[in-house]
Amino acid sequence: MTTNMRYKSRIIKTEDSEDKQYVGFATLPNQVHRKSVKKGFDFTLMVAGESGLGKSTLVNSLFLTDLYKDRKLLNAEERISQTVEITKHTVDIEEKGVKLKLTIVDTPGFGDAVNNNECWKPITDYIDQQFEQYFRDESGLNRKNILDNRVHCCLYFIPPFGHGLRPVDVEFMKALHERVNIIALIAKADCLTPNETKKLKDRVRDEIERFGIKVYQFPECDSDEDEEFKQMDKELKECTPFAVIGSNTVVEARGQRVRGRLYPWGIVEVENQSHCDFVKLRNMLIRSHMHDLKDVTCDVHYENYRAHCIQQMTSKLAQDNRMDSSIPILPLPTPDAETERLIKMKDEELKRMQEMLEKMQQQMHEKDQ
Amino acid sequence: MFSFLRALKCIEILNQTTLSLVPQNEEKRSLSLGGHVGFDSLPDQLVSKSVTQGFCFNILCVGETGIGKSTLMNTLFNTTFENEEASHYQNGVYLRPRTYDLQESNVHLKLTIVDTVGFGDQINKDESYKPIVDYIDTQFENYLQEELKIKRSLFNYHDTRIHICLYFIAPTGHSLKSLDLVTMKKLDSKVNIIPIIAKADTISKSELHKFKIKIMSELVSNGVQIYQFPTDDEAVAEINSSMNAHLPFAVVGSVEEVKVGNKMVRARQYPWGVVQVENESHCDFVKLREMLIRINMEDLREQTHARHYELYRRCKLEEMGFKDTDPDSQPFSLQETYEAKRKEFLTDLQRKEEEMRQMFVNKVKETEAELKEKERELHEKFEQLKRMHQEEKRKVEEKRRDLEEEMNGFNRKKLAAETLSLSQPLKKDKDKKK
Repeated sequence: MTTNMRYKSRIIKTEDSEDKQYVGFATLPNQVHRKSVKKGFDFTLMVAGESGLGKSTLVNSLFLTDLYKDRKLLNAEERISQTVEITKHTVDIEEKGVKLKLTIVDTPGFGDAVNNNECWKPITDYIDQQFEQYFRDESGLNRKNILDNRVHCCLYFIPPFGHGLRPVDVEFMKALHERVNIIALIAKADCLTPNETKKLKDRVRDEIERFGIKVYQFPECDSDEDEEFKQMDKELKECTPFAVIGSNTVVEARGQRVRGRLYPWGIVEVENQSHCDFVKLRNMLIRSHMHDLKDVTCDVHYENYRAHCIQQMTSKLAQDNRMDSSIPILPLPTPDAETERLIKMKDEELKRMQEMLEKMQQQMHEKDQ
Repeated sequence: MFSFLRALKCIEILNQTTLSLVPQNEEKRSLSLGGHVGFDSLPDQLVSKSVTQGFCFNILCVGETGIGKSTLMNTLFNTTFENEEASHYQNGVYLRPRTYDLQESNVHLKLTIVDTVGFGDQINKDESYKPIVDYIDTQFENYLQEELKIKRSLFNYHDTRIHICLYFIAPTGHSLKSLDLVTMKKLDSKVNIIPIIAKADTISKSELHKFKIKIMSELVSNGVQIYQFPTDDEAVAEINSSMNAHLPFAVVGSVEEVKVGNKMVRARQYPWGVVQVENESHCDFVKLREMLIRINMEDLREQTHARHYELYRRCKLEEMGFKDTDPDSQPFSLQETYEAKRKEFLTDLQRKEEEMRQMFVNKVKETEAELKEKERELHEKFEQLKRMHQEEKRKVEEKRRDLEEEMNGFNRKKLAAETLSLSQPLKKDKDKKK
């Protein structure tokens, strides 16, 4: 269901008896629609997970293109002390007049080395950098052409070969859940029978809850949505994490040419709902929740970052009570490390002295009494 | 006449046999038998003896948690070994050996399966290979200790040395993981390794072919020596060499049975089809079973003993200082080496004793000297004090004498004065009277 169709079904049919009361702002959705089509959309998607889990194949299957031509894969020997890199691929795709600038951020090398301590640090640094850049642009004087490079969604691939989440999965998701929307996926789901899939999903859901990882939650349906939508939404929520299969090849199955994987014992169809959750993922990611992902990124993750940033900057000013709060928050040039350290030290000293003063005052007060 | 010829022949034969007894040029002659002697039953005797003794086989399974090690063992041996699912959150790798007694027809097999728990789960996997290497070395060490004992019972000994290591490779489809490469390099000189691609029902045929080639080329380019099935025995040379080309085996394990056609077979049921474990076009399970159990089990045990164990033993003994040849390149026997070592040890001991005694004597001398010194000092002090005392006494004596003299003098003067005064008033009176 595209947003297009949903809004169309909402247009109030003008009836003659209501002509006088019909103001006409019911066409607002249409206007929004037209403007947004003209402006075009952008979306940044990050894929993370160990190599060999089918990330590139899935991205190709999702967007029905080949983003990873001529990719060089490293040998095992080269990967022993591999560091994580961040690579970006940007493509412009168009469908029915709607333009989408899609950026895929890849993380080759994640989890590949023998020692993976803090292998998620380059990724968190990258996300913070994008936030910081947007923050500066937003606070700048000329705000006409802000490039939004913030990561809107992160697909995290969990290997299906284990019994659930592994320590590196848990650490990665905990480092990222406050910065980006995480959608957990079970990769290469064609190695799991339906029973095993269900068990693994339950396991992963439990562990996500147990470790307090905040993955992306689908927004609650409004009560006036139609039943079909509510049903779909419910199914979607019960299905996480999605067990997906991707394919770069087209095979012939049941008389049709479909994307799938050919095995001696059968053909796995990527778009068959009884084979895997690929269709659900695609619908959710692209067809219904893409904009919500962007909104959550802007309203929640970015605002968190921004508040945190500003707090840090103004904690130095908070000592002076005479400062009123209407100071325009300009992006101060970040002081270098040395002065920052000194400032912090002085800060702490002042705080300590204040506490001591308070204590002494209290004591004096008690003595008086 | 005939008896004379027979006697001659006998003497000839005797001469020949005596000649052959003297090892002049070490040439073995092959003689043809005149009839059935019966030593062709030797292999059978060996077999029946080993059957009564029972066989022993130890498998080490190395692979990530959840990759299918226990399931594959269950499938291979067609039974269910009790095992609980391991968790991903172990702090380190530890090995879990379990011994089972299996029997098939009249052959007893003491099977030990060693599992690596927690392998590949930690964030920092630098030390992951150490527990495995330590375990293998410990088993070798135990056997070596038993071998070196004075009273030993090798025929009764439960051999726990690992005969085969099955290394489970995750089916990523790209290449080996870095952890796999590092671990296999550390293990290849200690144990027979057979790499296996686990959960192979997730790789399609074309991907599998590329994957196998990539893995083998990576192993070769990094110098990892995996177990090659032996091709010197003509009975199995052909099948072994063809199997060598199929390494690493892509296996699927399952203990559940699914109805295919009109039979129940071990398989995995998917919505898109059924993967049969024993179907050669689906996976290499049958090949693995043939190679591992039906054909080469004995060779694996032999290789472990003859190659890996010997290497360990040699390194260990060299470490302890044993050599095979002394400086003149004459072969040493172990006894002589023992003797030499013992002598060395004893002389060492004696020398140390001497040293200690020497030290002791020295110390005693030192303390004696100190004491003497102290005594002398004290004595000196005493003398000094005595002298002082004498001095004082003398002075005091002198003073006393002086005082006495004065007193005497004074007394005399007093007497003199008195007598004078007595006689004086008479004189005065006399003067007055005049």
